[in-house]
Amino acid sequence: MAANLPTQSQVQGGIGVTEPHTEHDEHLHHDEHHDQHWLFKYVFSQDHKVIAKQFLITGIFWAIIGGTLSSLFRLQLGWPESTFEWLSPFLGKWIEAGKLNPEFYLALVTMHGTIMVFFVLTAGLSGTFSNFLIPLQVGARDMASGFMNMLSYWFFFLSSIIMFTSLFIETGPASAGWTIYPPLSALPQAIPGSGMGMTLWLVAMALFIVSQLLGGVNYITTVINLRTRGMSMSKLPLTIWAFFLTAILGLLSFPVLFSAALLLIFDRSFGTSFFLSDIYIAGQALNHQGGSPILFQHLFWFLGHPEVYIVIMPAMGMVSEILATNARKPIFGYRAMIGSLLGISLLSFVVWAHHMFVTGMNPFLGSVFMFLTLIIAVPSAVKTFNWLATLWRGNIRFTTAMLFSIGFVSLFISGGLTGIILGNAAIDIQMHNTYFVVAHFHLVMGSSAFFGLFAGVYHWFPKMFGRMLDEKLGYIHFWLTFIGVYLVFMPMHYVGIAGFPRRYYAWTGFDSFSQFADLNKFISAAAILAFFGQFIFVFNFFYSIFRGRRATENPWNSTTLEWTTPVVPGHGNWPGEIPAVYRWPYDYSKPGAAEDFIPQNVPYSQTQSSNLPYERDMEE
Amino acid sequence: MIALGILLVLVLLLVVFGLLFRIQILTSIFSGSSTREIGTSNRVNAILMIAFMVIGGAAFAYSFMDNYGKMNPPIASVHGHEMERLFWTTMIIIGIVFVLTHIALFVYSYKYQYKEGRRAYFFPHNNKIEIIWTVIPAIVMAGLVFAGWKEWTKITGPAPKDSVVLEVMGKQFNWLVRYPGRDQKLGVVNYRLIDATNEFGFDLSDKSGLDDFVAGEIHVPKGHPVLLKIRSRDVLHAVYMPHFRVQMYAVPGMPTKFWFTPTKTTDEMRAQLGNPKFNYELACNQICGRGHFAMKLNIIVDEPDDYVAWFSQQKSFSEQNPDVLASFKQKSDKLGETENAPAAAAVVTSAAKASL
Repeated sequence: MAANLPTQSQVQGGIGVTEPHTEHDEHLHHDEHHDQHWLFKYVFSQDHKVIAKQFLITGIFWAIIGGTLSSLFRLQLGWPESTFEWLSPFLGKWIEAGKLNPEFYLALVTMHGTIMVFFVLTAGLSGTFSNFLIPLQVGARDMASGFMNMLSYWFFFLSSIIMFTSLFIETGPASAGWTIYPPLSALPQAIPGSGMGMTLWLVAMALFIVSQLLGGVNYITTVINLRTRGMSMSKLPLTIWAFFLTAILGLLSFPVLFSAALLLIFDRSFGTSFFLSDIYIAGQALNHQGGSPILFQHLFWFLGHPEVYIVIMPAMGMVSEILATNARKPIFGYRAMIGSLLGISLLSFVVWAHHMFVTGMNPFLGSVFMFLTLIIAVPSAVKTFNWLATLWRGNIRFTTAMLFSIGFVSLFISGGLTGIILGNAAIDIQMHNTYFVVAHFHLVMGSSAFFGLFAGVYHWFPKMFGRMLDEKLGYIHFWLTFIGVYLVFMPMHYVGIAGFPRRYYAWTGFDSFSQFADLNKFISAAAILAFFGQFIFVFNFFYSIFRGRRATENPWNSTTLEWTTPVVPGHGNWPGEIPAVYRWPYDYSKPGAAEDFIPQNVPYSQTQSSNLPYERDMEE
Repeated sequence: MIALGILLVLVLLLVVFGLLFRIQILTSIFSGSSTREIGTSNRVNAILMIAFMVIGGAAFAYSFMDNYGKMNPPIASVHGHEMERLFWTTMIIIGIVFVLTHIALFVYSYKYQYKEGRRAYFFPHNNKIEIIWTVIPAIVMAGLVFAGWKEWTKITGPAPKDSVVLEVMGKQFNWLVRYPGRDQKLGVVNYRLIDATNEFGFDLSDKSGLDDFVAGEIHVPKGHPVLLKIRSRDVLHAVYMPHFRVQMYAVPGMPTKFWFTPTKTTDEMRAQLGNPKFNYELACNQICGRGHFAMKLNIIVDEPDDYVAWFSQQKSFSEQNPDVLASFKQKSDKLGETENAPAAAAVVTSAAKASL
């Protein structure tokens, strides 16, 4: 057996280790597929890596749209008195006599939220990296079902087309807020966006949920069944743990949103009264009776709250991986990190009603949810402390991915801490639906998830496209974005403490709220600048796909399995047999080792100088 | 045309940027700096981390102080003071954590930047540390939950029996206010009876509704518990009164409520703020459509005597709208003429006094 093993130096050089494989590998000749028609290679591909790139590029498209929408409404908020005639070539009838139409303003915030939460930070983030990394890091040829995985993207694509179309229809897109609370979302008499726009929203979201479920089933099955030899659950990189638990959350919670959407469709189109009761609108008393708008909120947030963890957990996983790699240090408290992910996943299902403290829900229920909500701060704190401990006494390389990971930790702390305020029912009476909430979640789930996304793209770009992103542009991108995000969202807290309500077209009508005009200008300017800064990334991304510096197999000297594949892995990932795994993924800077990292596929028998006492038994 | 022009300018800018970038890359290849694995940029980024912490922290502290005065809406209710204390106590706790963790984050980033020949400290786990930093946040959280729970139960507990009752109803896009009149009972309403005159949907065959009156503003007496009964007749709204630290959704089909005790009259607050035009404001805080941002209602806190005087001057809805009353009389013979006679001002005054 020993004769076949590569030498120490080969392993450390990052050359793919091919172990003698005893079991028959049915995918061994996967490279044959490479002569398939381009349509099936690049478009209707079943290769998880191609699907990941499709999700990523669609996500980037959506992020630009979502960012543009936010720039538009920030213009309105920053300069409520000025004329926007110059926008009328783009917005047409939505500019009325030089003013932004207030209903279109609501459509802008609604679509910004929908797009960012679902299409960018769920599909674009988890869709990209779960697809790309799960097979590569667990040592699988592909997802459990390549076909379902392909369907997952195309359902998302269809959903995207419908949602995008809804931006251009006569009555405008959905305008009832991204939480689409009925009755506003149910009655076209209440707001024009609740007509055709809302119908398209619901159809698009139903297809989106189908996409999520097809993807999620695949992720879970792949992690459970297709791990390579030796890859026990306790040797999985934290990325995989995060993706795995994210998929479980999605699988359990998205169907509930589906049911809410379905019932809302029934109320809207077929005269049922699930969410509607006692309504007199537009000069007419409606026949709906006995429904409850609060029921919808329970259903919505039963998904809606796990959803924020669906958004943030993949980012947490990737950040853990990138921090360890670039600090050249094992992630501190690997098991505590898994434990806290499990804790967050479990608790995320029982905190949803903290969005509803002041909806008229029974106050006792409020007490229970306050208790559960504040408990979830504990695993989040543990994660943060572990990240900090990982940096301590490391040997840090500031790659762009590392910078974004450090930025992630900072934003997660800043945004997470204010969650302790909002989770407290008594204080939430004042803070609910103010800009304090907006600042809180934009930091803790919006910006930090974006930072996780950027970190992931900068880190795994070499494996995706075989080329490197430009680091200098990356640095500029990072610092602009990091400073920009804080300039936008820190002042927003002040505005929130003063009680400014969110989703207001203008605050000038209220004496209490009109005092922060300058601050709002400042926030708007910072937001628009930070948004334009993102085009540096877009440029870098597309430029580097074609012209970037060529990557090596393992440019970051990382330990996980994806770096044992060729520079650009083909369909099937490993040209030969799949490497077996012997050790955990964080053997960085191990005392006695020749290099400062030992890949997972290096057996203990080759690293006798660095083995710890309990590892000596595993040398054979 | 303008759109085309703007697009053209953007494309040109992109091309110029691309060319500059290309030149930069080529020069870096010629100068050899592109081949260095970990170059000066690592050091620059480490320094920027510290710079960000120092400058960013100072800017944050300064702007926070600068805006502090504007940040807190002046408090005008009993529970508002408690809530405010809870808020700032929590802010101080999280502020400490915020500062400490950020110092650790940026200082570690700087201090442990890459150095040739140094090796990171292999320190995979330590259960004792994990337990410490699990238990300490858990204890702090327990304290905060307890304090919050105590306050929450007090605020959301049943309103005192002698509370002044009034009803606020949200509609697109304004607020309607109804007082129960001298009998202190809000009459029955039915959304199917709503029309342009009868905006509440009064069912005047219910006698307790006969003395109900509607008001253009909310008047409440200082120092006396006020129970808001909250309804909506179309979509969701939320009654948000930042100065009183009051917020509650208005839900169609599900009446909600919130009680509070005002502590300062409008005049006292005007004097305190030095702003003679100050008014307590009620804002809608749940997206409700086109006019959401303008759904405002003024609240006037009176001295109890002034409140009683104001109360006694109000005319009941049935008195002001004899047509509506007449239409109900036609429907129901049970309504006797004498019983419907509008209450005399003197009676109202005594009833209002009794309610205080």
